[in-house]
Order: sequence, then C-alpha cells, then structure tokens
Amino acid sequence: MTPRILEVRKKVLNKNDELARGLRERFHQAGVFTLNLVSSPGTGKTALLQKTLATMLAQGEKVAALVGDLETDNDARRLAESGAPVKQIQTHGCCHLEANMIASHLEGWDLNHIDYLFIENVGNLVCPASYDLGEDIRVALLSVTEGEDKPLKYPTMFHSSDVAVITKMDIAEACDFNRETAVANIHSVRPEMRIFEVSAKKGTGMDAWLDYLTAARKSARG
Amino acid sequence: MHELSIVQSIVETAVDAATQASASRVSKVYLRLGVLSGAVKESLQFCYSIGTLDTILEGSSLEIEELPVKIYCAKCREVRELPDIQRFRCPVCNTPSGDVRQGKELEIGSLEVDLP
Repeated sequence: MTPRILEVRKKVLNKNDELARGLRERFHQAGVFTLNLVSSPGTGKTALLQKTLATMLAQGEKVAALVGDLETDNDARRLAESGAPVKQIQTHGCCHLEANMIASHLEGWDLNHIDYLFIENVGNLVCPASYDLGEDIRVALLSVTEGEDKPLKYPTMFHSSDVAVITKMDIAEACDFNRETAVANIHSVRPEMRIFEVSAKKGTGMDAWLDYLTAARKSARG
Repeated sequence: MHELSIVQSIVETAVDAATQASASRVSKVYLRLGVLSGAVKESLQFCYSIGTLDTILEGSSLEIEELPVKIYCAKCREVRELPDIQRFRCPVCNTPSGDVRQGKELEIGSLEVDLP
C-alpha cells in the first residue's frame, strides 16, 4: 500500500448546486420568477408574504409559496388564507432548505400557471446561506427589533443576498431603531444593495416592494 | 449548525473520487474553505470524526486551508485581500466593492489515499 495524492477539485455541495441549476432552468422555461426569503426566526417573513400574496392575488398575479419550517405547518396555514397555492416543507430538524426539498415539493404543481414563487426559508441567518435553491433573487430580512448590527454579525447571509427588506417599520421609533446605521451596515457587507423599508401590518412601503417584484420579474423573464 | 450535513457531502464526494481511483482507504482530505462559505472550520472538524464512521474515511484527518476574501477594486485595478468580512471596501483606497474573487470556496482539493 502506497499513499498517493489524488487530485479531486470538486465542490462539496456539488449535488445541491447541480439540482439548483436544474431548478433554475425549469423556472426559467416556465416563466417562474423565484425568490428565497431568509432571516432570523421572528423577523416577519410570513407576515410580509401574507400581505404580498394577498395583494398580488387581488391584482390578478399568479403567485405560489413554499414554506420551510422545522416541525409545524402553522406558517403554511397562515399563508394559505390568502388563497394562493402554498405547500409546507417540514425539515424535521434540518436548519435550512436544500434544492432537493424544493424539487420534491413542486410535484403536482403546473409551473406554467405560476409567475412568482416565494420560498420562505427556515428562520436561520447562518446555514441557508450555503444552499442555492435555484432562486432568481435572495431576499434578506431584518426587523427593527433585532438591532442595526445584524448584518455585521451575520455578514455571510447578507452578503449572499441580492436585496434587503427592513421589516416592522411601524415600531421603529419605539425600538430606537437607527435607520442610517442599519443601512450603512447592510451596505458595508454588500455595497449598493437595494433596501426596502416596510410594515406589512400597516402596509407602508409595500408599494415599492411590489413594484420592485414586477419590475424584477419583467427584466428577468421579459 | 449545518456542518454535519456538509461533512456528509464531503464524505460522499470523497468516497466517489476514491472508489473511482480504486483506492481502498482515504487517510487525508484536503479542504479549501472560504471564509464566506458559511461553514465554520471548528464545527467541521468536530463533526468530521462522526460523519466518517463506517466509511473508507474513518480515522482520516481533515486538513482545512482557510481562504480569506479577495475583492477586485475597480479604482486600484487590483485584487485585494480583506482583513475581515464586515467591510467590503478596498483596504488601500476605501472604495466599496462587491466583486468577490475569492472566499466562497467549499471544495475538496485533493485526497491522500491508499492505492493497492
């Protein structure tokens, strides 16, 4: 037996990346614009989606959502109230979504009847950063209750995202939230990142967010 | 903490490569780990001995090369290494840059294997 060095040069998450590439291609061909929402638990991903789905449905848009959670289907039930097709992905302890979970939960859906697919990731600002789900846009959420330095504490997640949404703006003042500091911190880890400031509860900032979704889909899918 | 699932992917990738080369045992795995990869070196080491049990990697060591972030500075026209991942600005001229040239790696560079 002689020890030998074997050159491998392979990405560890190659299988996930390949699956994600396949998904991206399927989404593209079917005209589905896909968003992956990531944040800490409790930032308000579900609340933002509830409002987003309900408003877009009322405007006649074809929307759907996949919701990742460790054990419950509470979030999926909340989102289904909007009337949009929603499926729960229970990860049973797994702290992030992977591309194969997306693929298996798309079964039974005709992608040609979906224009916007929202994926609500498991509430976690660390692990989901490593897993491509085939999305067009990764959206990082930050609520005013979490502190302005969240992007500096979790730079990998904010850096890997394409746009940021600051949530719960209606209680910003009560939380002594410093908007300028938060924006500066987001831009420190991701220069020029587009930032939306919303309150899903009061509806403020929702128009800019919804206009962005329409424009982003248009530029990606024509 | 998703390092155990990453270790499982390391094992799968290494077993595939070693088996293809007809190697009977893997004694070292050389991993290239960017600081923006989302995986933590210490946690990977911690999970490695568990994740490799009952495989041809059992008892092997994980050699991790950590790679800092490098960005391209359009003003200096140079690739620059960042001292941390909190400030994506050129350390020389302070121009912001999101043009990352290194730091996202999570890949197996090579394996030390026993060949018959």
